[in-house]
Amino acid sequence: MDALIAPLLNGSAQGALLLLAALGLSLTFGQMGVINMAHGEFLMIGAFAAYLVQQVITASNLSIPVALPVAFVVAGLFGLVLEVTIIRRMYRRPLDTLLVTVGVGLILQQAALQIFPSQGVPVEKPRWLDGQLTVLGYNWPLRQLFTILLATACVAALSAWLKYTSFGRRIRATVHNRDLAETSGISTRTIDRLTFFVGSGLAGVAGVAASLIGGTNSQMGAQYIIPAFLVVAAGGIGQLKGTIVAAWAVGVALAFFAYWTTGSLAQVLAFILVIVFLQVRPQGLFTVRTRSLA
Amino acid sequence: MTKKPWISLSGIGLFAVLLLTVAPLVLSDHWLNNLGKYCCWAIAAVGIGLAWGRGGMLVMGQGVFFALGAYAMAMHLTLETAGDRVPGFMVLYDPLAPLPMFWEPFRSAGFTLAAIVLLPVVVAGILGYALFKRRVKGAYFAILTQALAVALATLISSTIRETGGDTGLSDFKYFFGFVLNDPANRLMVYLIVAALLIVCLLVVWQFYRSRFGELLIATRDAEERVRFLGYDPANVKLVAFVVSALMASIGGAMFVPIVGIITPAEIGAAASILMIAGVALGGRASLFGPALGAIAVGWGQSSLGSTWPDGWTYILGLLFIVVILFLPNGLSSLPARFMRRARPKPPEPPAPAIAAVELEEVRS
Repeated sequence: MDALIAPLLNGSAQGALLLLAALGLSLTFGQMGVINMAHGEFLMIGAFAAYLVQQVITASNLSIPVALPVAFVVAGLFGLVLEVTIIRRMYRRPLDTLLVTVGVGLILQQAALQIFPSQGVPVEKPRWLDGQLTVLGYNWPLRQLFTILLATACVAALSAWLKYTSFGRRIRATVHNRDLAETSGISTRTIDRLTFFVGSGLAGVAGVAASLIGGTNSQMGAQYIIPAFLVVAAGGIGQLKGTIVAAWAVGVALAFFAYWTTGSLAQVLAFILVIVFLQVRPQGLFTVRTRSLA
Repeated sequence: MTKKPWISLSGIGLFAVLLLTVAPLVLSDHWLNNLGKYCCWAIAAVGIGLAWGRGGMLVMGQGVFFALGAYAMAMHLTLETAGDRVPGFMVLYDPLAPLPMFWEPFRSAGFTLAAIVLLPVVVAGILGYALFKRRVKGAYFAILTQALAVALATLISSTIRETGGDTGLSDFKYFFGFVLNDPANRLMVYLIVAALLIVCLLVVWQFYRSRFGELLIATRDAEERVRFLGYDPANVKLVAFVVSALMASIGGAMFVPIVGIITPAEIGAAASILMIAGVALGGRASLFGPALGAIAVGWGQSSLGSTWPDGWTYILGLLFIVVILFLPNGLSSLPARFMRRARPKPPEPPAPAIAAVELEEVRS
């Protein structure tokens, strides 16, 4: 029983972290067709923001709840600056945008390496996350449950925001048909900026969650970007539910592969799994049916 | 370029003279060896230019094919050095370990050379066929290739007994019977690399002026129209992708005797992106741009990268941003730009890339 429960629970937590990392990516990719390779570095910025908050508010019980919105805003602002300075100039060159953001990511990584100690910084976990929960005989660390709850809260907030607010409606309209949205009086430029802010901010939130599970260093973003993108690709563009299912599936698959083989081999297998899956469904899990030829 | 083929051809000739006769006379052994290393990257870059510049496929994982060639060569050289015994690094972990099965055929020089050519062709063929027939393209294709590079680097890192892991394969003494320490033999290896680079340039030059080259550009700019004209864009892309993979593999294979070591760091995501950097800098769609850009970036990497590594990373990042933002066709487009400024402007033809995007949008 343990052999089943442990990877399942660990994998779900891992999937939740992937989901947090992929949410923002899916949002910006779905809306603007832009792959932001610096998304992983925004995640890193969120984690470092959590560290900085802890330098001010030393009580770790309080600092993490404060760090979440701070990381959202800080990472979001970085994203906003990126959109305003670079991405809007490359609106019609999505592949080139990908490469430009690779450059941005390199610079952010190097900057973080020089500002913070190269071995990384410790982010203290709040005491209320120290405990364990016994699930069918398996002692499940509470911070994994916290990651899942955080991801659930973010998904709920995001989908409610997309569904019920006027901003959300405008974003959905732009995703479905940019030109028609524009002719209906929606400023797609403003919407793009807003989407980028929110998408990058979500990366910041993911960074806080990641800092509670793994280390906080300049390289941490790089290891999330590829799995996060694979999740977006496997889930289908602009599809929240696809991203959720794909993230969970990849997380659980990773955990089971790691349980059966080794951690690094698990990554290889998960990559191959996604590539094979894209053979079967190149458009991802859920797709908006269009008459598009592509 | 297609109008006056002899200009490009004499350019290649000049380049050949520079690399094959002037460089060995002028440069010290150390720098000649470095130039050989840059030439390895340049060979891979010429392939990237073909796939990305002309074919529009952003290949972000050429490290995979670079690795296939490099590790095939490195395994052969390791076995040649070890002779009848099991390679040293394997004995470290288990003195009685037998040679892994997949190493055995690489004892044969013929098999190794065939593997360097056939492995990338088969792998790229299967991968490309699967992806292009399913019409996976754009960012998906780019990230999937990059994911493969990450996966392969991780795999090699974790199989320390079979592939040497992070420390890689090194300490080669012989190169197909020649002692690698001998300066004359090192010169020979350099000349082989330089000659291979020239051959690759000739191959793409022929590609670019052929009908296939036209079709490749057409596929890049308006894939749907090519399909409606009765061609299968997947096949066109497949050929370009396989050729570029083959070139990466050749570059990787020659990298091993020149540099003397191959590690996962040389083939992973960062290394694959470095290969792109040179192509972008030089000019992705031009004939010489990718090779010259790769040599320039290789030079920066080995000089600045070792003396001022922090600064080099910033420069590399800025290079991506500035070049791609303001100079999408790289440095090789600069002369044409100045010429255009000097002369009165001819009426501009409609930009096909924009038209393709518009078509894309109409459809979605």
